[in-house]
Amino acid sequence: MNERTIETRKGIGCTVREAGSGPPLVFFHGAGGLQPEEPVLEGLAREFRVFAPEWPGYGEQESEEAIEDMLDFALHGWDVVDALGLDATPHLVGHSMGGMIAAEMACLNPGGLDRLVLVCPAGLWLDAHPIPDIFAMLPFELAEALFLDPQAGEKLLTQGLDFSDMAALQDFLVGNARRLGTAGKILFPIPNRQLAKRLYRLSAETLLVWGRQDRLIPPVYAERWQELLPASQLALVEAAGHMVPYEQPEAVREAIAKFLGA
Amino acid sequence: MKFTWFNLMPWPHLPDDFREKNRSVWVDIPQSLYDPEVGNRVYHEYMDQLEYADSLGFDGIGVNEHHQNGYGLMPSPNIIAAGLARRTSRAAICVIGNSIALYNPPIRVAEEFAMLDVISGGRLIAGFPVGTPMDTNFCYGQIPALTRDKYYEAHELIMRAWTESEPFAFDGKYNQLRHVNCWPKPIQKPHPPIYIPGGGSIETWDFCVDNDYNYSFLSFNGYVAGQALLDGFWERVAAKGVDESPYRAAFAQIICVGETDQQAEELYAEHVLYFYNRCLHVFPGFAEPPGYRTLKTIKAGKLSQLSAEAQKSFQSLTWKDLVEGGYVIAGSPDTVRERMEHMIKGLRIGHVFCLMHNGNMPDWKTRHSTKLFAEKVMPGLQDLWPDWKGDDRWWCKPYEGRVRPEDGIDAARADARLPERSGR
Repeated sequence: MNERTIETRKGIGCTVREAGSGPPLVFFHGAGGLQPEEPVLEGLAREFRVFAPEWPGYGEQESEEAIEDMLDFALHGWDVVDALGLDATPHLVGHSMGGMIAAEMACLNPGGLDRLVLVCPAGLWLDAHPIPDIFAMLPFELAEALFLDPQAGEKLLTQGLDFSDMAALQDFLVGNARRLGTAGKILFPIPNRQLAKRLYRLSAETLLVWGRQDRLIPPVYAERWQELLPASQLALVEAAGHMVPYEQPEAVREAIAKFLGA
Repeated sequence: MKFTWFNLMPWPHLPDDFREKNRSVWVDIPQSLYDPEVGNRVYHEYMDQLEYADSLGFDGIGVNEHHQNGYGLMPSPNIIAAGLARRTSRAAICVIGNSIALYNPPIRVAEEFAMLDVISGGRLIAGFPVGTPMDTNFCYGQIPALTRDKYYEAHELIMRAWTESEPFAFDGKYNQLRHVNCWPKPIQKPHPPIYIPGGGSIETWDFCVDNDYNYSFLSFNGYVAGQALLDGFWERVAAKGVDESPYRAAFAQIICVGETDQQAEELYAEHVLYFYNRCLHVFPGFAEPPGYRTLKTIKAGKLSQLSAEAQKSFQSLTWKDLVEGGYVIAGSPDTVRERMEHMIKGLRIGHVFCLMHNGNMPDWKTRHSTKLFAEKVMPGLQDLWPDWKGDDRWWCKPYEGRVRPEDGIDAARADARLPERSGR
């Protein structure tokens, strides 16, 4: 995928990866950020013009102080879409925190998007099924919460760095502090900013994609989303945890492509 | 020099296998380990000790704030301070402090501190910590990356509430108040001395120097480890061109005094080890929520505790480690006096918070150590800063005519400072 920097009308710089051609699709990443390899996006680029902007606090743009709450995130999301200069209404796709923000964007501006795909989105809370606190996890614990296969997952998270190597751990923590420090503005201490009371405004056709073994936001949350969005569809992906786009990329790509192509 | 007797108020009944069975003494410590009926005696014993320190001539008596913490039983230090204000009339009451970012609205802190200052007759020293991540973020739910911003706003609100003479409107990001009107106001003018307990961030050092606040370095790692932090603070003082009064800085130190070095070890080692090896067992995931610390601090930090292996093996400190490593100052009065002098001069501090009750130390040992310190150590340390004699800019200014509870309220009435009781 190619990378370029755009600037929103608020003056916030934003790095965007893009590839492919076809109807526009904007993907919003989760709290972990974009990975070096994004197989789902690369696959979708065969049928869509895919854009993957980085949130403030991620990547090189040091703009995170401009974002303080959910309204800031959602408006920034639309500012980015505007700055892309698209010639058609885009599909929005969001993973985890990115799904939470995409849903919020869809509530704020229902006419601004075509279809919506939420991949194990954050944003709801069930007392009976508390979402584990990623902010209190040690690095080695994160992989266990995020992946069906924690060992393979740790490799992805650390990008080959060895957590027993202190220098590597330190680099990871510095990046993590910026990323999760920013994410904490909408996810800490409980990842719920009352989206549920605004979901009545969400009119886009919506697909939920969920890893069946998601230990962070378990599939019982998919049921809650479907109660709140009765017209939505659910694609449950086998053999995947919360990082379902990286554990089962082909299944996720296929589900999204089928839904958006329908 | 000013010496403040400090009690963290640890729970003294953590089991021997506490570390093996529990991941943290703080935040998610099991409910089953607290017993309120035992707690009744514990609070009174600890408050009696603070009053005892006042009677022995300590300059101040100190309390602090922690939440959901097995070594700190004061979610509200103001409640303890209120009790002390009524039972003492001499020592400064050092509340180090109230985590001002936690209160909605923080005007509550301005009001309660004003009450304490009035009740104590102008003896309050007011601490404004940013707060630990354990207390601030994990117990009280503040967003890590916004905590410091919220702290600065709370500070501005409190200081304006204390110093402005008319009601005003406050349009903050975190607090919007149409009518700010702190009533009552503190006795001390323009406000009680402000202490900022902090770690080693440049932001905190500059904040202290710019506002003329005392910088209080509170850790349990002792004076050897504290040297680099205080050096950093004094560099900022020099860079900003203000005077280098040692009273700008305070340091907390665990101190144990026996008749001899050997007696100190015999009497106190097990209790100090209880503190280090049981009370300080904090899950590291609670210590560093992303966003709380600046990136610079992380880069300078020690991270070995975050590995999987470190969670399974507990390092057990010994008495020798603690004394030789400078975590603890312990021994005969001569030994302690000599080490204290070395510490005070090395760190360049005018205030010491003397941590003299440690872990599960019984009352009689606490009093034994406290009495020896007051009688045989403190007198030899009082004039270590002759060039700064009388510099009381960071000390409380008690009201001369204050009510002194030990004299009885009738004495104040006899002076006509209080009205006659009707019918007398």
